[in-house]
Amino acid sequence: MRHLLSIEQLTRAEIEAILDRAESFAEVGRRDIKKVPTLRGRTVVSLFYESSTRTSSSFELAAKRLSADLVSVKAAGSSVEKGESLKDTVATLSAYDPAAIVLRHPYAGAAQLVAAWAEAAVVNAGDGKHEHPSQALLDVYTLRRRLGSLEGKRIWIVGDVLHSRVARSNLIAFRAMGAELTVCGPPALIPRGLDQLGCGVTHSLEGVGEADVIYALRLQHERMSESFVPSLREYAVHFQIDARRLGSRQLLMHPGPVNRGVELSGEVIDSPQSLIGEQVASGLVVRMAILYELLAARDTEPAPASGNGRATPIGQPA
Amino acid sequence: MSVTTLEMRAGESANVVLREAAVLDPIAGIDAHHDVVVRDGRVAELADPGEADAAGLEEIDASRLHAFPAFFDPHVHLRTPGQEHKEDIETGARSAAAGGYCGVLAMANTEPPVSTPADVEALRADARAVAAVRVGFLATVTRAMEGEELTEMGSLREAGAAGFSDDGLPIRSARVLRRALQYQRLCGGTIALHEEDPELSGRGVMHEGPVSAVLGLDGIPSISESTMIARDAAIAGYEGGRIHVQHLSAAESVEAVRAAKAAGVRITCEASPHHLCLTDEAVRSLDPHRFKMNPPLRAEADRQALIEALRDGTIDCIATDHAPHAPEEKEVPFEQAAMGVTGLETAFAALHTHLVLTGALDLLPLIDRLSAGAEPFGVERPSLSPGSEANIALCDLSATWTVGEDGYESRSANSWCDGEELTGRVLMTLAGGQVAYRLRSFTLGVAA
Repeated sequence: MRHLLSIEQLTRAEIEAILDRAESFAEVGRRDIKKVPTLRGRTVVSLFYESSTRTSSSFELAAKRLSADLVSVKAAGSSVEKGESLKDTVATLSAYDPAAIVLRHPYAGAAQLVAAWAEAAVVNAGDGKHEHPSQALLDVYTLRRRLGSLEGKRIWIVGDVLHSRVARSNLIAFRAMGAELTVCGPPALIPRGLDQLGCGVTHSLEGVGEADVIYALRLQHERMSESFVPSLREYAVHFQIDARRLGSRQLLMHPGPVNRGVELSGEVIDSPQSLIGEQVASGLVVRMAILYELLAARDTEPAPASGNGRATPIGQPA
Repeated sequence: MSVTTLEMRAGESANVVLREAAVLDPIAGIDAHHDVVVRDGRVAELADPGEADAAGLEEIDASRLHAFPAFFDPHVHLRTPGQEHKEDIETGARSAAAGGYCGVLAMANTEPPVSTPADVEALRADARAVAAVRVGFLATVTRAMEGEELTEMGSLREAGAAGFSDDGLPIRSARVLRRALQYQRLCGGTIALHEEDPELSGRGVMHEGPVSAVLGLDGIPSISESTMIARDAAIAGYEGGRIHVQHLSAAESVEAVRAAKAAGVRITCEASPHHLCLTDEAVRSLDPHRFKMNPPLRAEADRQALIEALRDGTIDCIATDHAPHAPEEKEVPFEQAAMGVTGLETAFAALHTHLVLTGALDLLPLIDRLSAGAEPFGVERPSLSPGSEANIALCDLSATWTVGEDGYESRSANSWCDGEELTGRVLMTLAGGQVAYRLRSFTLGVAA
């Protein structure tokens, strides 16, 4: 694996290899000294064009736990505000010869472009509404720890799928691990043609009792002004997961940050079925595993002959 | 009513003989081998192969080549005035000549838009100085393309505007379009329409469908185009106006045009090579250089509907919508990139490769549709019949080449077939009675 640009690029075996590696880092987290020397002397650049709490903090802590030097650049307060292009910013940061660039960007395909421009391994930490592969990996990791295997498990993804990169990456990852997927939300927030990805599509929570896992998505308030839904209240009536809808044996997930009282009621967030806290904890070890696979495992293992995980150079059909 | 006038630079008239060329002219009904004799810039004679008197003429061995009426493109962007870093009249006309074109019509969405008689006169003077092929200039329908007040259409026609278009933007207001079509009775000038409902397109950057769903890109639904065509065809029918629908992309749009034609509306339409050759599957690469344009690449069913409509004549002509952009406007993520691709230098080769060689379309209708774009704007079609002005595309149908390997005549490189290997190549173009283009290796006698 040269870059982590999308879940789509990964095979099931590659996903499992990262998760197994994360298990071994979970043990490190239980030690008094939670640091390993693996990436000593190497530089990780964290380049975030959007605000983020979980993803940026866990990637940065992951790099530090692996003893890498960290350069953290946020768009606000950087040359981006002066109108520097992504290409020029990447060229500037590449002068530090980073081993990895972790990129969050508001537009699809940004990580793929950077992978074509830079020598460093590129980790897509979210590109527009396209993909968020590290989130999908930590969600699979969290579920695997709880359920053992996702094979044959029924997972419902509920809410604003249209604007969610998490939904796209998780759909692909959960399916790759053998789960059966149903997507549920108001018609205007389910992209046309999504069913061709191999998931069921429904606009009612009526059948949600069959789900082993309910994965709720954040509803962004600004969606109302564009008439995707008539009101938050009406959305909550039809799609909120509350104590009445969440069964005692069902698991509840959410990528955060939660709109309490909109997609989730307050009581389910803190219920025993909720994995939301575990998801955050998993984020750290899974992101350590991602950096390890890209930067350390690559030094010892021969490159895969298939060229899997290589960035498709722009200009070539993927 | 003014006549549409096109401009090109003055130069030496061509005196050549194309020996034993396969001559194909759909309108004149010619399909035979001839020595094509061009004297003083006119087709003097179609002689029997090897029989022409070559005295005083340059002789060209065309025995394995085809001579077609040169092509005409009713829809290009020459970016002048204001965006000459992308293209200017000289480079754009050179690019057209390299694609086998003898004439093009330039759109008016420049910076500032072409909205006054002085703008048109200045551009025509420019073309008279530098253009290797005939260039006509459309003027905007509305002042500054703001969609509200009509331009002085009568004075613009008198200044030589080849027609009217707010291309790049739709005319949102049905009332404004209606007024323009009423005024058209006074001054003539076909109104070319970029059909799109901005409310339905929203922030879309590609075709709405399974591919946009996977990529997480905002979609432009097919009905954004077809509903506006239906609206505007109804208005044109009511007012008896003459409209030309630009760059059809969707199956629903083909149906809307077909219905309008059946109802007797004075409507013609065009399709672009990229919509005839590619689908939204190409966008999976997220490469904005080649695959981001408006209207967007659509589904395979749409592509098939366009090809069928091109075959049966519902689509009257091919237009490249040649839209040059500078590298920095394309070296950004897909959603941020500028819309548009270049197409003049590759239109014939791409369509020959993707449609003719695959059996989807015969050569004869392709050649017809490549030059038919003159008619909707009242420009005489190029012809090979004796006595005509020499407008000839000399092509090698078996030559293979890689697009962009030797750069481009255009100032911009955002060709939708950049790096692709195509079969069929324009070796020489005669435009307006002059030699407008020769492929260098052909001139040197080393072309395959």
